[in-house]
Amino acid sequence: MTAEASLDEIDRRIVLATQSGLPLESQPYHAVARQVGIAAEEVMVRMRRMLESGVIRRIGVVPNHYALGYKANGMTVWDVPDDRVDELGEKVGALDFVSHCYCRPRHLPDWPYNFFAMVHGHDRGEVEELVRRITGLIGDADRGHEILYSTRILKKTGLRIGG
Amino acid sequence: MDELDRAIINELQGGFPVCDQPFAEVAVRLHTTEQEIISRIGLLLKGGTLSRFGPMYHAERMGGSLSLAAMKIPNSDFGRVTEIVNAMPEVAHNYARDHALSMWFVLATETPREHAAALERIELKTGYPVYDMPKIKEYFIGLRFAA
Repeated sequence: MTAEASLDEIDRRIVLATQSGLPLESQPYHAVARQVGIAAEEVMVRMRRMLESGVIRRIGVVPNHYALGYKANGMTVWDVPDDRVDELGEKVGALDFVSHCYCRPRHLPDWPYNFFAMVHGHDRGEVEELVRRITGLIGDADRGHEILYSTRILKKTGLRIGG
Repeated sequence: MDELDRAIINELQGGFPVCDQPFAEVAVRLHTTEQEIISRIGLLLKGGTLSRFGPMYHAERMGGSLSLAAMKIPNSDFGRVTEIVNAMPEVAHNYARDHALSMWFVLATETPREHAAALERIELKTGYPVYDMPKIKEYFIGLRFAA
């Protein structure tokens, strides 16, 4: 489990003010500070602290990968031995075309997969080529895998905490 | 998209500075003006090339619960179930996938208890069981897309 950083009330107000985005103006942290009702310097100190503790993963732009031409999004799911999943997770997670990589619970008998890696390509052919590279890495620990392509985004709002 | 748009997308997927005038700092790095950076990000957001600009928060480190879940929904009932699932504020993302487990969504809640309650409500309202797949371990997150 990941450690939980303690956020106080002011941190929470900063999260609420910025979770849908930073204002597009010359001094965005000053604008956040006005909204939260504290000094700009304090907003910056707290946001740097949240970056350091991992509460903020990163600050920047999030491209819409469909708009950039990454139209084939394959969720690859693998059945690998439990005692090898961590070792394989580190290896597969390090591949530059894998965006998310997790160990998750199986739901036997109909869902035998315990290892997930998201692979993005311009088309399905590219995804399949990339999956062959994962297969090569996993070797004989691969007891079965599938690629689940997304066919439609039904909802995408990002994460929100309540006010 | 021109060269500056690409540079913004390629250079700014992380590392946006926390300082008094961050856009000015980025402008120096990309050899342009503060105003140009601000207006380009605005246009890329508006046109849908960017889906967000700002801090990406780590739900679990804020004490929240984030989980992937899936359901087996027959085609004939897909529309009805999509409406129910999408209407729930706890559902952050929802994707259709080409598999017997055809609907995959991410539940984001502030506490594990709300998470369990949301799953129960989805099962009750849709009439289908939910396959809850919370992560046991995260190895990597955060691909950079080249524009």
